[in-house]
Amino acid sequence: MNKVLLGVFLGAVLGVFDGLTALFTPDPAIRAGIVGIIVGSTGKGLAAGLICGLFARKVRSIAGGIALGLFLGFLFALFVALGVHNYYVRIIIPGSIVGLIVGYATQKYGAAPTTTPATR
Amino acid sequence: MKFLSDSALERLREGTETPDLAGTRYRLLDRIARGGMGVVYAAEDENLQRRVALKVLDVPGSEGDLANRLIREARVLAALEHPGIVPVHDVGTLADGRVFYTMKFVEGRRLDKHIESVISIPDRLRLFLRICDAVAFAHARGVLHRDLKPANVMVGPFGEVLVMDWGLAKILRAEVSPGARVADPEATIFEKPTQPAAAANATEISVVTGHGTVMGTPGYMSPEQARGDVDRLDARSDIYSLGALLQFLLTGKPEGTTAPDKSLAAICAKSTAAAPAERYPSVLEMALDISRYLDGLAVGAHLESIFEKAGRFYRRYNVAILLIAAYLFMRIILLLVSRR
Repeated sequence: MNKVLLGVFLGAVLGVFDGLTALFTPDPAIRAGIVGIIVGSTGKGLAAGLICGLFARKVRSIAGGIALGLFLGFLFALFVALGVHNYYVRIIIPGSIVGLIVGYATQKYGAAPTTTPATR
Repeated sequence: MKFLSDSALERLREGTETPDLAGTRYRLLDRIARGGMGVVYAAEDENLQRRVALKVLDVPGSEGDLANRLIREARVLAALEHPGIVPVHDVGTLADGRVFYTMKFVEGRRLDKHIESVISIPDRLRLFLRICDAVAFAHARGVLHRDLKPANVMVGPFGEVLVMDWGLAKILRAEVSPGARVADPEATIFEKPTQPAAAANATEISVVTGHGTVMGTPGYMSPEQARGDVDRLDARSDIYSLGALLQFLLTGKPEGTTAPDKSLAAICAKSTAAAPAERYPSVLEMALDISRYLDGLAVGAHLESIFEKAGRFYRRYNVAILLIAAYLFMRIILLLVSRR
């Protein structure tokens, strides 16, 4: 599996999982909007995975991948939290960690693009 | 009667051995070592102004078994152009009638010395894979080494690995070069000359019993090779030697001790099985198992239990597993906090 595909796949899976955890919250209003939460969470996981995967294709740096993933996870989660005007901690911390995991995984795993020898 | 001391005798012997390089483009620099058939010197190629290793036969004459063997060794080496096999530059006869060939001057250390500075098992395995690469190449060209041991592998200052001493090589198929076969049309087994001075001092000698029966090094030689069963020798005989070499890299001894890891112990055991049919069918298969081990995958030589599989999975993905565990832990904490 190449790095972009791995990033997208992992971002989506973790995003769905992250969204599903909302089912365990005591607030019935959150549980009622579970579909929207899962879609939003999956979307930000996909976006973070895609960008981290593309970054990993160009740059080989685990620290760089982790930093980018963490930043993107934080940024996307912040947008969501600002949108609902609530649950900042419960949205931003898990979102950031999901980004961190995706950033690490795309650097560590997945097939790097092969380079072709120069010809003249 | 006055007796000469051993050192005086050695100096006299060296004096008579010193090759006459008149008429060649080489200038003698230093004596490096004594091999099975002759002596290896450091020399300078005056045309190209570079150092070379010059191997000179003990006895004069370009005819005869030994001369044919040396020429054949040079031609076999010349046909095996590979970064892991020492390249030959020239072959010929000196003014004193002795046959010689020149090869790359390898500046490095023997594997048994080099390995003392390589602590990590994966680094040792990566080094071993480079040896496998050179041997697999020779096998693909129809050549068996038949004397693979740490003393016959050199490691250069930049980590380059060179398989040396192809004097006992056996040509399996007519794929080397026509010249190599002409030098020894039978291409089966060759008597190794006795090594009076060197053998007495050597810690690891090649064994010769009788005419063309047993050759190789105890501990590294396959059972069929030790029996002198020449017709049955194939790539799996070298695989046995590679298995013993791997065992040496992992434990410091070619046999008798167990490798630190079950998978590696199984690879060693499979490579050094008494029956050739139970060994790896090719060096590539053996190298593939080593690569799989290095990649954290299951090796073909060892059937894992469920716990071993879980342990290997954790070792391979430990950071990712810890990150996901940290995420789940944090999720649980947040849920517990939100339920208060």
